[in-house]
Amino acid sequence: MAAVGASAAELAGLSETSSIGASGQEVLHVTRERYLEVAGALRDAGFEMCADLCGVDYLRHLDRPLPEGVTPERFEIVVNLLSLEIHQRVRLRVQVPDSDPVVPTLFNLYPGTENMEREAFDLYGVCFEGHPDHTRILMPDDWEGHPLRKDYSVGRVPVQFKQAPGPR
Amino acid sequence: MTSEELKAETSEGLQELQERDETDPVALAIEEGSPFRPPEGPMLDLGDIDVEFGEDETMIINMGPQHPSTHGVLRIMMELEGETVLRSKPVIGYLHTGMEKTGEELTYVQGATNVTRMDYLSPLHNELVFSLAAEALLHIEIPPRATWIRMLMTELNRISSHVLWMATNGMDLASTSMMIYGFRDREMILSFFEKTTGLRMNHDYIRPGGVAADLPDGWEDDVMSIIETIPGRVDEYDEMLTGQPIFKHRTEGVGIISPELAIAMSATGPILRASGVAWDLRRAMPYLAYGDVDFDVIVGTVGDVFDRYAVRLNEIRESCKIVRQCVEKMPLGDYRAQDKKVTPPPRARIDESMEALIHHFKIFTRGFEVPPGEVYTAIESPRGELGCYLVADGSNKPYRMHIRAPSFVNLQSLPPLLRGGLIADAVAVISSVDPVMGEVDR
Amino acid sequence: MGLEDLNHNFLTGSLEELVKWARRSSLWPATFGLACCAIEMMAAGAADFDLARFGMEVFRGSPRQADLMVVAGRVSQKMAPVLRQVYDQMVEPKWVISMGVCASTGGMFNNYAIVQGVDQIVPVDVYAPGCPPNPQTLIHAILTLHEKIRLGELTQRRPGETGAGIDLAAEPVPPGWVAPPSGVRLGTPR
Ligand code: SF4
Repeated sequence: MAAVGASAAELAGLSETSSIGASGQEVLHVTRERYLEVAGALRDAGFEMCADLCGVDYLRHLDRPLPEGVTPERFEIVVNLLSLEIHQRVRLRVQVPDSDPVVPTLFNLYPGTENMEREAFDLYGVCFEGHPDHTRILMPDDWEGHPLRKDYSVGRVPVQFKQAPGPR
Repeated sequence: MTSEELKAETSEGLQELQERDETDPVALAIEEGSPFRPPEGPMLDLGDIDVEFGEDETMIINMGPQHPSTHGVLRIMMELEGETVLRSKPVIGYLHTGMEKTGEELTYVQGATNVTRMDYLSPLHNELVFSLAAEALLHIEIPPRATWIRMLMTELNRISSHVLWMATNGMDLASTSMMIYGFRDREMILSFFEKTTGLRMNHDYIRPGGVAADLPDGWEDDVMSIIETIPGRVDEYDEMLTGQPIFKHRTEGVGIISPELAIAMSATGPILRASGVAWDLRRAMPYLAYGDVDFDVIVGTVGDVFDRYAVRLNEIRESCKIVRQCVEKMPLGDYRAQDKKVTPPPRARIDESMEALIHHFKIFTRGFEVPPGEVYTAIESPRGELGCYLVADGSNKPYRMHIRAPSFVNLQSLPPLLRGGLIADAVAVISSVDPVMGEVDR
Repeated sequence: MGLEDLNHNFLTGSLEELVKWARRSSLWPATFGLACCAIEMMAAGAADFDLARFGMEVFRGSPRQADLMVVAGRVSQKMAPVLRQVYDQMVEPKWVISMGVCASTGGMFNNYAIVQGVDQIVPVDVYAPGCPPNPQTLIHAILTLHEKIRLGELTQRRPGETGAGIDLAAEPVPPGWVAPPSGVRLGTPR
């Protein structure tokens, strides 16, 4: 079935063209609207494992160079799909605007993204519509802010007990 | 839904399991692990599964975060009916260290110091994946000796990690002698690490551009004595555990995972291999020089706790084979790339030349700049696929450093693994997943 | 009856010394492994380093049976309340060893997630430096603690200190809180 050497976009019959990034990795830029569709097509083309999903905050590089037709936005969700059969990876990059940081969840296609999406929500505040358990995963439930955003300081935060009224 | 509404849902308390009769069928089915089936067509047909609904004869108990057998600060909420586990949910974050944020504040030279503290049972793998990512962005080649040293050290680290897993697993299953044996054998490898890297753990030995120091004099003898002792010890463990009826009863047929489910849950490493999928990155997508060594990928058949144990046990033997080949094939040459930009000058030249001193000083204070780009590298750590997603923006610090931690992802398979089992088996199942909390929470 | 009738198998000493000797010789640590340091703590308890020499190889699962807490590893903001609760569950007399730079000062992780020093939450008796402190360092810390117990006061643990560093008088009053009788402060010698 799968032709060796074909790019993932060709295998899945997608209209998006993929670019080859550093060290020969295939990168696919998709819009939010096409995100689920593309992921679904890739899954059917044999990319059956979602290896990784993470967010990136490009606050300091809002004008970064991207392939033609892709509008850079503040957030990016980066998804790594893996095909166990043809030993190939493909990376999806989805631009997510700051004003409305919502993307559809991949949970129904890849149940293994559950923890990863919760982590991206926790650390970046990007919401995943339709996620079955959309809660913070690493930080305490009552934490304010999303620590990996670039406008969130690294700095030291004094310890707070739940009962004690704190500065935040 | 808008993001505001989605956020409002996430207020405090939603991480808890709700009462059974308050949970709606879809949520209940999700929590019981039923959508985690191989995704063919629509995920979930509520008619197909009998959701015992409205029964509230169940009890919710918490295990952890401070619990002797959860391998660190893992908290698991379990809903029990009698002694049977119905739903369960791992709650993590008790060791969240903000390492990804700290990693953005450290230069590439310092970065390995940070990542090595994530998975503290296999620190060298973490350093390796970070260094590979940085090198991919820098487009530098490292000399063959450095590659083989890296392979030698990470394989020894795999042995020590699996041996430690045997020890803690033994402890969880009340085989205390296994724990004493495991720690004894691990010390042997750690003393070699200490001799080579200066530290027993958290080495910062593998750095972008090569390794920090050459192997010490007489390393062949040390390594050979390790790999001559370990297989004998592994046979001992084998004899002590594999044939032992109590151990077998506690592990066989417990916590079964099917290959489809494991793939759907993105599980990697021994969990995936125990279920029968021969997926090992060292073989499937070779990095370093794994294409040049001869070893077997161990797979299981049933996917239960026993298979995961057997996979790890045999992986120790395979790693010994690889280490032996590393010793035989170790090339001569430099242990780091002689790239002025990335690596410091040789120590001897610092005494002679002012430029070398300045160069040395600059590397360790300012670091080096990495051209803009993004890259994802992955290696096979003892727990599964360990990945590093690095975004560089041309400065001397990573713009984004994300580690794809195998334990973090593997932990998702706990609810389906625990479902329907006895609470007494929960300990065995958790231990067989081998979560390292430092890596789960980062 | 005077002491002169008893001529052997007999020692005299003060009761205080005896109690302190007993306490010192059987410290029972609670298992409180957090991060990398916990592995070294376990290694210290296992074959090569053998904490059993100091009467403390039994790591207790329940804090109520333990009198020494070895905080081995970094304490996150999410873990801090749990840590304090475990400490409160331990019965007096109790001691704390802060193992590793992370527990002592936050170490290299000076960021939003890590408590910068566990002494903000619980009183610490001995700090063991290192990242990770190797088992010998931990054993040294334990021996230091033994000395501290041997030379310390029996009934009065920390004269004049205020428990976890909380001065009740300066704390805002939570609703429903009944003020203690005047003169009582948290952590005063009882
Ligand atoms: S002090 Fe070092 S070894 Fe100990 S928990 Fe912190 S990082 Fe890990």
